[in-house]
Amino acid sequence: MYWTYLRRELAGRKKQTIIVAVGLAVAIALVIVVNALSAGVRDAQAQALESVYGVGTDLTVTGAAAEPGEGGGQRFEFDSEAGETTDGTTSVSQSRLTADFMRGTLDASTVESVASLDGVAAASGALSLTNITFSGEMPDRSQMQQGGPGESGEPPAGGPDGAGGSAFDLDSFTVLGIDPDDTAVGPLSAVEVSEGRALAAGDAGELVAVVDASYATTNEISVGDTIDVGGSEVEVVGLIASTSSDADTAANVYIPLDVAQSLAGLDDVVSTVYVQATSANQIDAVQAEIEDSVAGATVSSQSDLASTVSSSLASASSLITNLGTWLSILVLAVALALAVLFTISGVTRRTREFGTLKAIGWSNGRVVGQVAGESVIQGLIGGAIGLAVGLAGIWIINLISPTISSTAASTGQAGPGQGGGPMGGGFGGMAQQAADVVLHAPITLWVVAAAVGIAIAGGLIAGAFGGWRAARLSPAEALRSVG
Amino acid sequence: MNTVTNESVTNESVTNESVTNEQENPMSMTEPATTSIESSAPSPIYALQAVIREYQQKNRNVRALAGVDLEIREGEFVTIQGPTGGGKSTLLQMLGALDRPTSGVVKLGEVDLAKASNATLGHVRATEVGFVFQGFNLIPTLTAHENVDMGLEPLGLSGTDRHSRVAEALAQVGLAERADHLPGELSGGQQQRVAIARAIAKRPRVLLADEPTGNLDEHMRDEILELLEGLNRDGLTLIVVTHDSAVARRAHRRLRLEKGSVREI
Repeated sequence: MYWTYLRRELAGRKKQTIIVAVGLAVAIALVIVVNALSAGVRDAQAQALESVYGVGTDLTVTGAAAEPGEGGGQRFEFDSEAGETTDGTTSVSQSRLTADFMRGTLDASTVESVASLDGVAAASGALSLTNITFSGEMPDRSQMQQGGPGESGEPPAGGPDGAGGSAFDLDSFTVLGIDPDDTAVGPLSAVEVSEGRALAAGDAGELVAVVDASYATTNEISVGDTIDVGGSEVEVVGLIASTSSDADTAANVYIPLDVAQSLAGLDDVVSTVYVQATSANQIDAVQAEIEDSVAGATVSSQSDLASTVSSSLASASSLITNLGTWLSILVLAVALALAVLFTISGVTRRTREFGTLKAIGWSNGRVVGQVAGESVIQGLIGGAIGLAVGLAGIWIINLISPTISSTAASTGQAGPGQGGGPMGGGFGGMAQQAADVVLHAPITLWVVAAAVGIAIAGGLIAGAFGGWRAARLSPAEALRSVG
Repeated sequence: MNTVTNESVTNESVTNESVTNEQENPMSMTEPATTSIESSAPSPIYALQAVIREYQQKNRNVRALAGVDLEIREGEFVTIQGPTGGGKSTLLQMLGALDRPTSGVVKLGEVDLAKASNATLGHVRATEVGFVFQGFNLIPTLTAHENVDMGLEPLGLSGTDRHSRVAEALAQVGLAERADHLPGELSGGQQQRVAIARAIAKRPRVLLADEPTGNLDEHMRDEILELLEGLNRDGLTLIVVTHDSAVARRAHRRLRLEKGSVREI
C-alpha cells in the first residue's frame, strides 16, 4: 500500500513532481558536467605538464634569469669570402645554437649535487637551446666594391631581385640537450619512439639526434637524414612522440647533452635539473634542501608548474573552478530550496489528508515516512534525469572534443612545433611550451555516485522538512482546519 | 451530583452543578456549566467526568467544553446536536482520541484517553474507533478499495486478510462493484459509503460520524442513515454529530451540546 499511495500521489501531483525533479536534475547534471570538465582540465594540465617536464618529475631546478645582454644573443657574422656567388648573387647560410634569451644556466655539477641530497630518487639535467638559421641572398659584394653608388652612374645590379636588393630568412627550432644515459626523469620520460631508436648511453659525444615526430612530419625529416644544428651536420636516429596523443613533446630536436653544450659553446652548464623525490611527502623537504644548497636557483614543485600552464587551458580551468562550481552550488541550492518549499507547501495543502490518516490510526512515523518517501522518490527521479542529461552532456563534450591551447611557462623549454617559420618558436615562444590539448570529460564512478548521493540527500532534506511539518500536525487541529 | 438517566431525560432534571464555571466561560453565562448525564447500563463504552476543554483563540480563552459528564452504552445510537461553535466537534474529537481534555476523565472502556500516551491514542484510533467525516475525507488519487485499505494500514494484517476485509466492508456498504473507482467517479452518497467502509473495515467498537449527511441530498441522506442504522443494529455503537433533526430523530438517544454543556433532549 505504501508504494501504491506514493506512486498515486506523485502521479496525482505531476506539476510539483516535475518541477522538483527537473530542478534537481538540472543541478545534478551541472554537477556532473562541471566535475567531469574539471577532471578533464586537470588531465589536460597534467598532459601539458608531462609533455614539458615528463612523468614523475616532482621538482625542477632552474637558474636565475640572465640579465639583458647575458645569455644567448650570438651574432651572425659573414666575412668577404662567405657564401657562394652565382650570377651576381651571393647566397649565405649560417646556423647558431644559442641558449634561450634571458635564460639563466646552472653549473652541470648541480645535477650531481642535487642527486646526492637526501630524499632525491633521481635527477637529470637538460640544456634548453634554440637553433637559428640565417640564410639569404645578397648582391655580389665584389661588384659593389669596384664602384660605389653614384660613381659609375650605373644602377645597382645583382641580388635576388636583380636591382641590388637582398632577401633573408630566419629559421629556428628548439633543441634540448639531454643526458642520453638518464632519461627516466625529465622530458623524455613521457615520450615513445615512433620510428628509429631513442638516444642511448653510447650516443654521448656523437652528432646524433632524435626529432619530435610532428616537427619531423612538418619539415619532412626522416630517420637517417641529417639536420644542421649549430653549424654541424647531425644525423637523425629516431622520431619520438608524446605518450599522450593530445600533446607534443618538449622540444623539436633532442641531442646528447655534451654535444649540445659543445655546439652552443656553453661548457658544463644545464638550464634545468629535473628531480624525482623518493616519496610524495618528501617533496617539500627536498625543495627546501635544494633551495638551501643551490644558490640563486629557482626550485618549482608540480603545483608551481601547474600555475605556469596558461592560455585558454588556464581560462577553462578558471572558468570551471569559479563559475562552474559556483553555478553548480547556486543551482543545487535553488533546487533544494524548491524541493523543500514544494514539500512543505504540499504538506500544508494536504493537512486534511494527513489529519484524516492520523484520525484513522496512522502513526506519526508512518505519515512522516510517506512524506519523506515521496520526496526521496522525487529526488531519485531528478537524479536519474540529471544523470542521463549529465552523461549526455559529457558524451557531447567528448564528441566535440574541444581543443584548448596551453602554455607552460617560466621553467620550461622552447616550444616545439613552433619552429620552421621566420622568428618562430625560439623568440616568440621564448621559455614557453605551447601545445594544443584536446579536452576530454572523463566519466568516473565517483561522479555517478555523487549524482545519486545528491539526489537522495536532496530528497531526504526536503522530506525531513516536510515530515517535520507533518509530524507537528495535530490531528484535531488538522481536521478542525477544514471545518 | 444530580443524575439524569437515559430513561428519564427531562429538561427539569438537568441542574446546574458547577456555578463556579459560569463566570469563566463566556459561552455559558445563562446556561448550566455542567450537565451530568449517566446511562443506567452497568458497563458504558464511554464514561466522561467533568471534562473541560479550553483553548486560546485570538488571545482569548475559549472554553469549548465546560465540564461534561456523560456515559454512552455499548450499542447505542446517539446523536449530538447543537449550534455551531457549541463544542460538538470538540467533544467528538475527545471521544475519538484525537484530542485530550484540559481537565477531566474520558474513559473508553478502561483506558483514560485524557492521560494516555500518544502511542496509546494512536492505537485506540487504529483499533477501537472509526471516523466518518462530513467531507468524506477520501484520498482522491486512490480507488475505493485502496481508500478502505488505508484504514487497515496500522493494523499490520496480512495482505490476504486486508483484501478480504476491504471486500467485505465494501460489500456491506453496497459498493462491491465500484471498488476500482476513484472518489471523483463516485456520487457524494457513494463516497460517504466508501468512508463508512473505511471506518468499519477495522471492526471498531464505536463509529463516530461528524455531520455524515451534511453534504448529501435528502435521498442520499436516507441511504446513508439506513446504512448506519443497519450497522448499529449489528451492534456497532454509533455517535453522530448532526444539525439535521431528521437524522437526530432516528437515534436512540439525543444530546444537545450548547455553550460547552451537554443535556439530553
